[in-house]
Amino acid sequence: MRKFTQHIGIAAPLDRANVDTDMIIPKQFLKSIKRAGFGPNLFDELRYLDEGQPDQDCAGRPLNKDFVLNKPRYLGTSVLLARENFGCGSSREHAPWALDDFGIRAIIAPSFADIFYNNCFKNGLLPIVLPEAQVDQLFKEVEATEGYQLTVDLERQVVVTPSGEEFAFEVDNFRKHCLLNGLDDIGLTLQHADEIKAYEARRRESAPWLFDAIK
Amino acid sequence: MAGKTLYDKLWDDHLVRQNEDGSALIYIDRQILHEVTSPQAFEGLRLAGRKPWRIDANLATPDHNVPTTERSAGVDKIEDPVSRIQVKTLDSNCDEFGITEFKMNDQRQGIVHVVGPEQGMTLPGTTVVCGDSHTSTHGAFGALAHGIGTSEVEHVLATQCLIAKKMKNMLVRVDGELGKGVTAKDVVLHIIGVIGTAGGTGYAIEFGGSAIRSISMEGRMTICNMAIEAGARVGLVAVDDTTIEYFRGRPYSPTGAQWDAAVEAWKELVSDEDARFDTLVEIKAEDIQPQVTWGTSPEMVAPVNALVPNPDAETDAVKADGIRRALQYMGLKADQKITDIQLDRVFIGSCTNSRIEDLRAAAEVVKGRKVAPTIKQALVVPGSGLVKAQAEAEGLDKVFVEAGLEWREPGCSMCLAMNPDKLGQGEHCASTSNRNFEGRQGFGGRTHLVSPAMAAAAAVTGHFVDVRELMQ
Ligand code: SF4
Repeated sequence: MRKFTQHIGIAAPLDRANVDTDMIIPKQFLKSIKRAGFGPNLFDELRYLDEGQPDQDCAGRPLNKDFVLNKPRYLGTSVLLARENFGCGSSREHAPWALDDFGIRAIIAPSFADIFYNNCFKNGLLPIVLPEAQVDQLFKEVEATEGYQLTVDLERQVVVTPSGEEFAFEVDNFRKHCLLNGLDDIGLTLQHADEIKAYEARRRESAPWLFDAIK
Repeated sequence: MAGKTLYDKLWDDHLVRQNEDGSALIYIDRQILHEVTSPQAFEGLRLAGRKPWRIDANLATPDHNVPTTERSAGVDKIEDPVSRIQVKTLDSNCDEFGITEFKMNDQRQGIVHVVGPEQGMTLPGTTVVCGDSHTSTHGAFGALAHGIGTSEVEHVLATQCLIAKKMKNMLVRVDGELGKGVTAKDVVLHIIGVIGTAGGTGYAIEFGGSAIRSISMEGRMTICNMAIEAGARVGLVAVDDTTIEYFRGRPYSPTGAQWDAAVEAWKELVSDEDARFDTLVEIKAEDIQPQVTWGTSPEMVAPVNALVPNPDAETDAVKADGIRRALQYMGLKADQKITDIQLDRVFIGSCTNSRIEDLRAAAEVVKGRKVAPTIKQALVVPGSGLVKAQAEAEGLDKVFVEAGLEWREPGCSMCLAMNPDKLGQGEHCASTSNRNFEGRQGFGGRTHLVSPAMAAAAAVTGHFVDVRELMQ
């Protein structure tokens, strides 16, 4: 998994509550056999004026010019500001996959749906919970200033505004450790690679017929 | 100190590391891959720049999506584009990573849980995983076998380990002699009826007792296959001579001196006399009749000569409500005879009952008879290309076709209706598969789970009938 230590990037305000996973990535795209490539269909129904189909080239589709991520000033957004209960609905891991593929690295909201929140950490995304008043303030500032960038510092657990103001956030120690070091379950297990190899060597001794048979 | 159960032994044998929080890393000897739950796992490896830990621990075959009609034109001609892509993706992933795959038109292709044992890939004392809950099947050989999710498939590919927590031990002992016409499928449906679909949750269930000992390997697989329908991720049967004989001469079985060493090791794979089980369930073989499920959960099951239950007679309000909803969905009346249920389709196949012995049992019943005119379709789908070839060598295909059943190519087929074989809305199906959930075999379809012999009997009479009446 990709490490997350510190990130500086353009912020965009997605001003609606209860954004569900169907909105993040509609169901017709789940038939894909991939984990990557969902970016062009992120927020498909909000982003385009027509109905999206799997495997369609999105370049020629009519854009909804009013949708925040379509506005030129938010091009290259990597920090998403959102409202409460972001990511509610189904457990599809396609939602964080789509956000990630689009280029989002951190999401700031007053609250997140549980499963989505968990899924983010598995995929190197950082969901940040800040009090409603602070999120409100960030919404106002980002709308007022073109090119507004936020700094997210996971090590210090703060969001820093362009003026230098800092907002502290909470994050579970274990998850923080995993993100800082780029460790997923697999990465963690591989920290014990020596033990696995030692076991395997013993296994090869005691049950040699289980090795090199399937070719 | 008390002795160990078979599950305890398998667990201890595979423990790589015990963590303080109760989780553990266990080593995985064998992983079987199929087209539906593997694509994102391979993609995950690619994105992370990882390689499979051990190529020779893996075997792949497409099964869920493949058409079971004539398909010699190959993968490119699979009509449904989504299925085609999934099958092609498995092919290209296996090619890219160097994993052995039995492709769609390879004679060794088939349902993962039929292919693994058939090849001797599954062996006693191994740990086996697959992104499919019916991986419990492989426990029939004294192997520790788990169904896993896609992220775990990736984890196993990358690390050869699974993060797991130790389960509790349950022994289901079936003693006595099974009656004529009573098969392994009836045994497991009866067990699920007794302990319920959540009865085995959190447990590894070992099936033992004299009746289980007398059942063939095929039958033991049928029983362990449905352990998951009793809530248990793991089902087990201890190793005996039947188990050992099964593996003699299989392609991936050990040979020569290694065979002798393996057999010595396999003989240890039984629960110790003084092993302690957390739960014991005792069943008399003589109490088991041919079974039919009447509802929308495998525990909604009754002997073929019984009546459909009446919710008003159920004192538990939640259960009564469940019965009412099931009867509504199934289009059945309380207290009607199960033998009065008219059928539209018959499906003989799936990882539960598509092995040679299952096909023989069904063929014996339909031989010299004809499918009832009210039956729209009766399918026989062998579990693998090798099962198909064996059945054809025995002339079973001719028996089926002469009786009016369709003889198909191997795959999961109507078990889950991901390929074109499906039930229409409201249709009743006598099915040898393992799940009778709403819509499982097609939107609005009504599934009744039975043994192959009972399904064959239903095919020739058009309704359920006690197969023993046709065996005179
Ligand atoms: S036959 Fe049915 S239950 Fe078995 S693996 Fe295929 S889909 Fe799953």
